[in-house]
Amino acid sequence: MFYRILIVVFITLCSLVSYSQKEENMALIKKGSYIPLYGNDSTTVYVDDFYLDIYPVTNADFIKFLKDNPQWNKSNIIALYADEKYLSQFKTNLTLKEGELMDAPVTNVSWFAAKKYCECQGKRLPTIDEWEYVANADETSPDARLKEDYNKFILSWYEKPNAYNQKVGSTFKNYWGVYDMHGLVWEWVDDFNSVLLSGESRGDLEGSNELFCGGAAVGATDLMNYAAFMRYAFRGSIKAKYSIRNLGFRCAKSVK
Amino acid sequence: MVGLCTCIMAFNSCNSVSEETSDETSLKTERDTDFTGELPELSVYNLPSEWTNQNGEDIKLEDLRGNIIVAVMIYTKCKAACPRLIADVRRIHSLVDEETNKQVKYVFVSIDPEVDTPETMKEFAKENQMDNDQWVFLRGSEEDTREFALVLGVGYKRISPIDFSHSNIISVFNQNGELTFQKEGLGVDDEAIVEAIEKLAI
Repeated sequence: MFYRILIVVFITLCSLVSYSQKEENMALIKKGSYIPLYGNDSTTVYVDDFYLDIYPVTNADFIKFLKDNPQWNKSNIIALYADEKYLSQFKTNLTLKEGELMDAPVTNVSWFAAKKYCECQGKRLPTIDEWEYVANADETSPDARLKEDYNKFILSWYEKPNAYNQKVGSTFKNYWGVYDMHGLVWEWVDDFNSVLLSGESRGDLEGSNELFCGGAAVGATDLMNYAAFMRYAFRGSIKAKYSIRNLGFRCAKSVK
Repeated sequence: MVGLCTCIMAFNSCNSVSEETSDETSLKTERDTDFTGELPELSVYNLPSEWTNQNGEDIKLEDLRGNIIVAVMIYTKCKAACPRLIADVRRIHSLVDEETNKQVKYVFVSIDPEVDTPETMKEFAKENQMDNDQWVFLRGSEEDTREFALVLGVGYKRISPIDFSHSNIISVFNQNGELTFQKEGLGVDDEAIVEAIEKLAI
């Protein structure tokens, strides 16, 4: 009984040990706007100045967090916050299985665990709008969505198995100085459940009025946005406690 | 620290299995009306967040423990589907037998905590003839609201300064805060959810 109260208390707190991932490992993303080519409507999205981690959070980073916050270990975590696959790439609570890389992005983490990790750094998860804003960039421009090469790269990544088992920094550094927005892992965002899809196809409007209040059906405006469609569809299909092999995260921080 | 970890690990791995089965049987056979002690792992009452109700009282979700909970997420300024969703909840309430209803709290959690102050929620409750102990209106921080919605699997998105797009889900929780049933969509047949509620009554 006592230990359980302890766990609940610990879960609400974080260790105050500071980690190596400070603002020096974050990029400043200057404010801007864009029109999401895939979303409820085509209104412009505005993003304020914010910091974003240059790399996704790694297994090594996450192990440091677990050492100070053992209630998030895979043997301690409660079922509310994660499913059975949580940290399944780990052999024990704090060690990885053979073949896993310390500097690969941490995956098999739930949204709750990702959120708590970021909180313990004095950071937070990025919003969809922030994440997509940074993801629109290629190496040289902030919005590369109309470039064929940009889309080809992303679509070819979708066909590559085990892309998640590489060191962070393995793919490309984009216009903002941020690595691996594409090519490594999918990433949690704070409000992934703001994607309300009525069905699998753009034409599937039946029942959407019954399921969603005030939401128009989501539709892609053109095929070049298949890549974005995949991300939105993925977000619409997952639950916060899921642990997925190729789903990791990185943290953000507001400027003010 | 290591010792503490080992303790936690040992006790936790021992206890969680037996705990779940004893919770399930106790609701039915032991007539355990004293819902205290450890929370089951899946209980929503594990969330530490704090909320304010329509009477301006600050509560933790765990304060609802011991009741059957029927929960939806809405916002008072909603003009489209919410009135229908509320009508659905009201209809369910009328179909659930009187004895069971004494053990139920119908909980509305606001998606728009900035606008839905305790005063606004109280006024809304009065307008909807829900100003009594059977109906609980809650609002929390934006962050806690997002977290609660994610536990329920409810999605929502602000689509204008006033309006939200959101899923229409009615969730049933047992006395220990474990989610036992969900109904998605409006005007869907009530038989299953009424049964799910009555099944939990002691």
